[in-house]
Amino acid sequence: MTIFFTEEHEWIAVEGSTATVGITDYAQSQLGDVVFVEVPPAGTAVEKGKEAAVVESVKAASDVYAPVSGQVIEGNAALEGDPALVNTSPEADGWFFKLTLSDPSELDGLMDDAAYKAFVDSL
Amino acid sequence: MRYLPLTDADRASMLDVIGASSIDDLFIDVPAEARLSGPVAGLPLHASEMAVERKLKAMAAKNLVAGESPFFLGAGAYRHHIPATVDHIIQRGEFLTAYTPYQPEIAQGTLQALFEFQTQVARLFGCDVANASMYDGSTACWEAIGMARRVTRRKKAIVSGGLHPHYVSLCKTMAKFTGDTLETALPDLTDGAPGDDLDRLIAAIDGETSCVVVQNPNILGHVADLSELAAACHAKGALLVVVVTEPVSLGLIKSPGEMGADIVVGEGQSIGVGLNFGGPYVGLFACAEKYVRQMPGRLCGETVDASGKRGFVLTLSTREQHIRREKATSNICTNAGLCAMAFTVHMSLLGEAGLRKLAELNHANAVAAADRLAKVPGVEVVNGAFFNEFTLRLSKEARPVVHTLAAQGVLGGVSLGRLYPGAEGLANGLVVAVTETATAEDVERLASALEEALV
Repeated sequence: MTIFFTEEHEWIAVEGSTATVGITDYAQSQLGDVVFVEVPPAGTAVEKGKEAAVVESVKAASDVYAPVSGQVIEGNAALEGDPALVNTSPEADGWFFKLTLSDPSELDGLMDDAAYKAFVDSL
Repeated sequence: MRYLPLTDADRASMLDVIGASSIDDLFIDVPAEARLSGPVAGLPLHASEMAVERKLKAMAAKNLVAGESPFFLGAGAYRHHIPATVDHIIQRGEFLTAYTPYQPEIAQGTLQALFEFQTQVARLFGCDVANASMYDGSTACWEAIGMARRVTRRKKAIVSGGLHPHYVSLCKTMAKFTGDTLETALPDLTDGAPGDDLDRLIAAIDGETSCVVVQNPNILGHVADLSELAAACHAKGALLVVVVTEPVSLGLIKSPGEMGADIVVGEGQSIGVGLNFGGPYVGLFACAEKYVRQMPGRLCGETVDASGKRGFVLTLSTREQHIRREKATSNICTNAGLCAMAFTVHMSLLGEAGLRKLAELNHANAVAAADRLAKVPGVEVVNGAFFNEFTLRLSKEARPVVHTLAAQGVLGGVSLGRLYPGAEGLANGLVVAVTETATAEDVERLASALEEALV
């Protein structure tokens, strides 16, 4: 499994032709207490850089963008009843959706762990 | 601040930007016959205030005023008695001039009133949650279709022929810009159940259907049990939207929420808001709690302040335009505050028992009127079940009959020819509303005027 990051603070964990997407620990710390998450239903076609989900905290409502293009396999149903999972476990239980990649080469432009750390430090 | 009026050059340059050649061009959507083409006939360009007043009063006296004649018009707007208390309370400055309650620390009175309004609407409709109101019943109806699209991610709405034609028309206009498909139909004058098309609706629901929209009581006054329709919607993953244009009916009729409706919308004019020449009115909107994130409009919630005291705030505002702009659930980012207040005051004065009693009075008056009118030669009552409004089938075209009655000072009903111009099978239909304001003498006058007109 390889994990990549975007400048919009999404992470994407890739395993073969499928991947899991969520928002980073830095993103959740900036948002504050998450009170609502809307994830795309299975079957939704998402496009790299376009809105795929919505996250709402006590401070702000934000869009979550698809790091790569693909088709959604599953939205994280657990977030409906417990959106705070995004705060307590942003990079594990608080995942947003899983998808099949339509073009793995889109991963090329994304950051790895070290690059993302440097990016966050520069903010 | 200085007041700087526009010059002709300012106007010309603004018109130029939007590509209009004159100010009149901005009104081309208003039919020509409804526009004034020149000065008011008989009114000189210059006259004293007293002379103008005299002239205008004489013109106004040509109107047949709702409160001064036997009045049986309904079809979406109803004449009810409004206690003087309602106007007195809503005209208090704290309510009358209050701005949008964005600052809860200075707007607790407005917010509490809205919260109570929502509570009343939710209970009346049998739903979990209601918003702080929409513009009117027809806009609320369209918003429900839009909401069903967002919830189901489908774009086909099946609309009952019993839905008010003006509501249908508004929804068609909006659908032109959203890509929703509306399957509409005309109502028919079936004996016993006019405008009832539950079988058609149930048969039409498929996997593409976002919602079924049905009005109860419908435009012809027919009252139906919608439970089976609700089950049919849910079996196919569609929502049931129920429209109520006469909320007083819910003092007697089972609420749409109890019958399984997912979204219930309506016109609140009947309670506390006068006829007002057709507006402003107040749109009611309620739904099941699980859909609240997709509900349009402003929402007020109860909370506690820093010292633990009960208080009220606007909540879930991220659904609204002032936060999420083009991604908002609706472009309606306001509510009909004062009319909602009038609704709340009137409803509070009535209470549960009072609303039931008012509804019983309406129904009893309507039943007595229907019995009396059925005895007029050339008149048949079409409805089996109705609340305070029913449809007559006349032996002649109804529209000219209405004019004949009006000439005798009786506002006898709304002709289906007026609501459905050109629909032949409906031309003899007359929708008659009978509220608590109609006396036995009024009914007698209508019956005898009708008898004369139908000879």
